[in-house]
Amino acid sequence: MRALDIPLTGRGSSPGQRRGLLARMHLDGPLLLGLFVLGGLGLAVLYSAGGGHTDLVVRQLLRIGLAVAVMVLLAQVPPRRLYQWSPWLFIAGTGLLVAVLAVGDIGKGAQRWLDLGFVRFQPSEAMKLAVPMMLARHLAQKPLPPSFWRLLGGLLLMVVPVLLIAKQPDLGTSLLIASSGFFVLFLGGLSWRLLGGATVLAVPGAWILWEYGMKDYQRQRVLTFLNPQEDPLGSGYHIIQSTIAIGSGGTYGKGWLNGTQSHLDFLPERSTDFIFAVFGEEFGLIGALVLLLIYMLIVGRGLYIATVAQDSFSRLLAGSISLTFLVYLLVNTGMVSGLLPVVGVPLPLVSYGGTSLVTLMAGFGILMAVHTHRRLLPT
Amino acid sequence: MERVALNDHLREIRLFRGRVIASIVFFILLILALIARLYWLQVLQHAHFRTLSEDNRVKIFPIPPTRGLIYDRNGTVLAGNLPSYALEITREQVDDLDATLAGLAEIVDVSPADLRRFQRLRWRKRAFEGIPLRLRLSAEEVARLAVNRYRFPGVDITAGLTRHYPQGGPLGHVVGYVGRINERELERIDEANYAGTNHIGKTGVELTYEDVLHGTVGYRRAEVNAVGRLVRELDVTPPDPGRNLYLTIDHRLQHAAEESLAGRAGAVVAIDPNNGEVLAMVSNPGFDPNLFVNGISSKAYSALRDDPDRPLFNRVLRGQYPPGSTVKPFYALAGLETGTVDAKHRVFCPGYYSLPNDEDHKYRDWKKTGHGWTDVNKSVVQSCDVYYYELAVKLGIDRMHDFMDHFGFGRVTGVDISGELGGLMPSREWKRRARGQAWFPGETVITGIGQGFTLVTPLQLSAATAVLANRGVGYRPHVVSAEENPITGEIAIIDPEALPPVPRRKEANWDAALTAMFDVVNSPSGTARRIGIDAPVHIAGKTGTAQVFTVGQEEEYKENEVHEKLRDHALFMSYAPYEDPQIAVAVVVEHGGHGGSAAAPVARAVYDAFFASQGVSDGN
Repeated sequence: MRALDIPLTGRGSSPGQRRGLLARMHLDGPLLLGLFVLGGLGLAVLYSAGGGHTDLVVRQLLRIGLAVAVMVLLAQVPPRRLYQWSPWLFIAGTGLLVAVLAVGDIGKGAQRWLDLGFVRFQPSEAMKLAVPMMLARHLAQKPLPPSFWRLLGGLLLMVVPVLLIAKQPDLGTSLLIASSGFFVLFLGGLSWRLLGGATVLAVPGAWILWEYGMKDYQRQRVLTFLNPQEDPLGSGYHIIQSTIAIGSGGTYGKGWLNGTQSHLDFLPERSTDFIFAVFGEEFGLIGALVLLLIYMLIVGRGLYIATVAQDSFSRLLAGSISLTFLVYLLVNTGMVSGLLPVVGVPLPLVSYGGTSLVTLMAGFGILMAVHTHRRLLPT
Repeated sequence: MERVALNDHLREIRLFRGRVIASIVFFILLILALIARLYWLQVLQHAHFRTLSEDNRVKIFPIPPTRGLIYDRNGTVLAGNLPSYALEITREQVDDLDATLAGLAEIVDVSPADLRRFQRLRWRKRAFEGIPLRLRLSAEEVARLAVNRYRFPGVDITAGLTRHYPQGGPLGHVVGYVGRINERELERIDEANYAGTNHIGKTGVELTYEDVLHGTVGYRRAEVNAVGRLVRELDVTPPDPGRNLYLTIDHRLQHAAEESLAGRAGAVVAIDPNNGEVLAMVSNPGFDPNLFVNGISSKAYSALRDDPDRPLFNRVLRGQYPPGSTVKPFYALAGLETGTVDAKHRVFCPGYYSLPNDEDHKYRDWKKTGHGWTDVNKSVVQSCDVYYYELAVKLGIDRMHDFMDHFGFGRVTGVDISGELGGLMPSREWKRRARGQAWFPGETVITGIGQGFTLVTPLQLSAATAVLANRGVGYRPHVVSAEENPITGEIAIIDPEALPPVPRRKEANWDAALTAMFDVVNSPSGTARRIGIDAPVHIAGKTGTAQVFTVGQEEEYKENEVHEKLRDHALFMSYAPYEDPQIAVAVVVEHGGHGGSAAAPVARAVYDAFFASQGVSDGN
């Protein structure tokens, strides 16, 4: 409980004093502005990717509404509470992951969903927040940088859910959760020596994995990533079509609603994971740069919130959430532009789909909570 | 713990900020890599990807041109395009395919072969593409389907054009037929121009004039989606339809000749001597070209192939027969024009001929008792062989060859139907080249009566007769006279091609030869006198009987004892009217026996039909 003692030692400003509506609602203005701009842009691209029909847009709007509600709700929760909830959330989430593997529905060939009768629920989504929360709490219990054994404990806490999700199999989500956990460890002070050592070990490790650990179809998947032309109508098809879409967009793009690749059905998954290709085709390099800039501003604001946070738990959690958001972006755009293999990671806040949207907005709710529940310290 | 808290706190903030900066540096590098990738895709490789994207979305659908029609000289359709209805099933619109197939089988005939083809195509076509279940639906089936259509969503009746030959058998060899394009033809044709076309000319005019009849393919450029479904049409280049062809053939003569042959194997060719137009061209038995259009059944095909009368064999172009006595007017003219004999020259015919140095070998005359003293006129009219044995020896084989060459013997006529054979007009040089042997005098003797090596096609015989009738002025035989643009109605006449004329020395010689032919038909002793009776105009001609079976020196040929297939071929060459030749007819009746009795009446039937249509009545 050490970290949470700190705010108590400072002279915080009294709540409710000369504050605007946003502050009273515990919302962060710059972050909110960035999210709305991004969301609006996302809806516009979705309208185009949906072939000019509004039904996708309307459904996505409903989801955005739900996600914003979750965000506002979480923004009201002081970080202290989150600190208290983390273990329970983590234990419940891990239990549900086990349950999913045992009884879960199979959707698109992977077991991810848990049908609770009234709602279909993806426990792995909750773990996207539960894991960094749990790890942040774990590290914040002792002064930073953490000891080797504490790090090892944190690694174990992270590895269990990551492996459970990878087994579903949902490589994208397990990758995101692993990176969110890694960011907590890294921001918390994982020693460079350990990091360097692990990196050095990763090279022969990867070779051993390739030679002895992988099955043929898994190797094939890696090879297809390295050379998608090998299998133009199979797994390489997505990548070939999305690079054609992006490349044909050129500097200025074909214009909104004028993307031919996407409108003529050449581009698979164009409203979900591959929506960045639609964006790149219709708005060109300029549009892509603007989109990246908006993401940068949001992440930058998140990192600022993390650095001015007042306790280790908030700092680590806010930092991890911000950087994980960036990982989302880079994995998705890297995949769509052919830099990374195809893993199912949506373009955050733009791709059509509800679950990840709610989780992401919940993360931003936490960021806002971290920022707005501060007590001002004398500097 | 409390005491170190602040210290720790500041240290932790420093540590954290350091780590955040490290992260920012790391991610900026990654973002720069992403931007570099985007720059490469969207700026450096833009042209490449733009091309790929265009290829992706624009598909070109061919629009096959409508095949030109074929008319006879009177405008009667010989080859047309009939709408044909096919039954197609679009899989994606059918809920229960098996139930649909079962239901359809109750309404229309669905053979096991139809089902097999359907199942085979089913895996090759996309779900939104129609797959034919039945082709060539009858009108009744179309009606029944139309009534029951509501029961079968996804089942459509599609209309197409299929080649149809309304005149059927008698014109099969001339018009030919179209059939499905095969692999060998694929190598020959311009595949782009045949995109969307399934049929190609296989024989006859359909083959020779394929380029003209086919036309030029048109294109529809359209946007398609990834599975090939048409989304939007961009533009259309209409096809240039094939030209309609007007043949020189008169289908009435064609039918008349075919009827007159009455089932006997043979050939009839009629040519207008004034321009080389082929008025009739019958090879009997013929075949119904309609059988071949959509693939002939193997049963029907083997029936045609194994028929002993060989209906698929085009005798007009490829049947090579010994001309027999039909060459006599030509040799008579040769003798006169070369000055070897004159019109008064007489030969005594005792019924046989022997070479001066080989008295033992007798060359028989067809008339055992002989013709007695015979001049050139009598030699033609009564077809005296001995006269020509002697004349041939006097002329010598090389002069005979050179003279006959002027009339096209031994050479293809160059008619505009492919597959023609050239016959054979022997010479010393030919025998040395082809057989590696010297020429024997006895061979010259029998060449004089159109036996031995000499072979002609019915087309050559009629073409040569036309040149003779027209006194040496000949035209290349042809069956197509005009091409018509079906859109503008413009007609391009194909001019007849004049052949190098036969050198003429004395008109009187030609008169003598032609008068003799006139007498063959019109004098009481002529071998074809029977067809001269009540003829609409004056016919001139020459009968011929070609040996299939060589009779031994001491044997005698008895017609009714010889097996039918070894019986002589009956030939007749002729033209009419004698005074102003308008039509030359050659007839071959295989194993028909005598030219005068078997072949000449067929020619007469053609003349009757021809002059009836010209408004000339009997007894001109």
